[in-house]
Amino acid sequence: MTETKGDPDIDLGAQPSSNTGRTRSLNRRHVPVLATLSLLAFMYGLGVINYEGFDHPQVVLNVFVDNAFLLVVAVGMTFVILTGGIDLSVGAVVALTTTLAATLLEAGWPAGVVLPLALLLGTGLGLSMGAVIHYFKVEPFIATLAGMFLARGLALLIDRNSIPITNEFWVSVAQQRIRFDRGVFISSSVILALVVVLIAAIVLTWTRFGRCVYAIGGNADSALLMGLPVARTRIAVYGISGFCASLGGVIYSFYTLSGYSLHGNGLELDAIAAVVIGGVLLAGGSGYLFGTVLGVLVLGLIQTIITFEGTLSSWWTRIVVGALLFAFIVLQRVVTGVSAVRSGP
Amino acid sequence: MSKNLLSHRLFWPFAVLVLLLVLNIFFSNNFFRITVHDGHLVGTLIDIARRSAPLILVGVGMTLVIATGGIDLSVGSVMAVSGALACLLIGDLSDPHSVAGVLGAVLLALLLCLVLGVWNGFLVSVIGIQPIVATLILMVAGRGLAQLITDGQILNVSSDPYRVIGAGYFLALPVSVLIAAAVVLIASLLTGRTALGLLLQAVGGSPAASRLAGIQARGLTWLVYVIAAVCAGIAGLIYSSNVASADSNAAGNLIELDAILAVVIGGTALTGGRFSLSGTVLGAVLIQTLNVTTVSMGIPVEATLLFKAIVVVVLCLSQSPAFRERVFSRRKPALTKEAAA
Repeated sequence: MTETKGDPDIDLGAQPSSNTGRTRSLNRRHVPVLATLSLLAFMYGLGVINYEGFDHPQVVLNVFVDNAFLLVVAVGMTFVILTGGIDLSVGAVVALTTTLAATLLEAGWPAGVVLPLALLLGTGLGLSMGAVIHYFKVEPFIATLAGMFLARGLALLIDRNSIPITNEFWVSVAQQRIRFDRGVFISSSVILALVVVLIAAIVLTWTRFGRCVYAIGGNADSALLMGLPVARTRIAVYGISGFCASLGGVIYSFYTLSGYSLHGNGLELDAIAAVVIGGVLLAGGSGYLFGTVLGVLVLGLIQTIITFEGTLSSWWTRIVVGALLFAFIVLQRVVTGVSAVRSGP
Repeated sequence: MSKNLLSHRLFWPFAVLVLLLVLNIFFSNNFFRITVHDGHLVGTLIDIARRSAPLILVGVGMTLVIATGGIDLSVGSVMAVSGALACLLIGDLSDPHSVAGVLGAVLLALLLCLVLGVWNGFLVSVIGIQPIVATLILMVAGRGLAQLITDGQILNVSSDPYRVIGAGYFLALPVSVLIAAAVVLIASLLTGRTALGLLLQAVGGSPAASRLAGIQARGLTWLVYVIAAVCAGIAGLIYSSNVASADSNAAGNLIELDAILAVVIGGTALTGGRFSLSGTVLGAVLIQTLNVTTVSMGIPVEATLLFKAIVVVVLCLSQSPAFRERVFSRRKPALTKEAAA
């Protein structure tokens, strides 16, 4: 978080629209993502060989169904991490969104009011944290930590208990299935998550805003000197993360049909892990949204394999995720280290 | 004179602490009363000190890490691991009440924490991984490791010598407070009376410059992660001894955040360089007092976090130079700030 950036060449190379030096820098930038992709393929192959029924298409689709909320939250986290920041509040915002939505729906508010309200709350919280971070120069770590306490505290204040959601709209969305074949389906949340991923990828790759996000992560001072709207962008990424977290909360409430102030406990760690495994540098300025998607899938597939194995205990998930984090961080280190040497004069 | 006092960097945290303590007078009788019961000092203040002990220990290690410009997210997991291993070893003893056996178990648990610290330090100082990422690995995997040690169970131990660490008394004072005080004393002697403090500040200020000045930046960085892990290990022993069990999920849960908060409240910048151990102790006591106050004020448990968030925001803003400038300069930017926040 407080580290200085290594080599400016890497940061420049990370801008997706740079056309110069494509042939050489392309491979280098793609190594982490390709590694994640091969890992994913390897894990899937391992599953298919070892477990009966693993090759059923629904196994893969279930990874999406079970992790749609994580995917959306991780998209928001990617924006923040690309600018070199971090957002610890996402898990708590998920909890706050589910609790608020469930409480209002129970009180008889129409879904058409509750839904935008919930999304607005998360976005507002994110924007305020962004403003505090930018204008008062409070560390992102500390500011979003306060946001985490605030959101979790508000959720607890609203209701300590788990509240079931019986609203017609919510239930109908939750039960909606898009079927491809007999026993092969996805939930509508998956479509929603994929749309979010698509929009975010387009924004990051082809808009000025996206380029500014990468530029701030590369070097915030240079970005400011170049006349880029640093203040607006930095506040906006936390707003985006807040929006994604509350949308993730809404999707989570579709998934569980309940609101609970302890939902999404430790979710921020999962999101950060997914982003890192997806090859995004935590120092900011380099990485792809596609990598984050792969990172989420890796996390989901680990859980699936452990479920299929049956005899493995749940804590192995943590140990495996830790080992993967280690492997990918060292890989990133090697890739950027080697490139720094290669791209010398 | 008064201006000097106001501008002291620990003034605001200290003022908040005093305010909280004063608030308590109105809400709980006998708040400041300390009585002697069975030869032990008993009272709310003693209780606050006792509960602060693990956080102070973790905070001391965290301060040294942050002084070098790093951060250690794995302290909570290390706490869980140390408690888990100690309880497992004591449970396997033929006589769980033997002092030598408990001592061996405690030392082995601390040794494991030392190894974990060496691992963290290796990743940061030798491989050169960002501290927040390097320690994230152990933060995720460590709790899994603790659950692996306890086989996912909550291990209960009944061992009198082990119980002393977290719940015992020596010379009328709680042993846990004495341990914390000893560690703080050693750390402040090492950083205040030897060149260590100066070297740490140099490394935190600029690793490259300190290396050029002939400081063993790599070794020092490595060392602080080992110290932080051992401090966390001791805190884990105190925690697990106090509840006479090892709970891999609850032990040290979110303590890394509280510890970082304590360090920041104590006036140590997260960017490294200048640090203050006394500030961290003040921050840790402040956080525990805050927890006690919310209970004694009758604030429902649900609102504790909210209350904490408000205090954190107020403290961080009051310490932010950018905020002071905008608010106290009485110029136009004050308006834009309010609109933005």
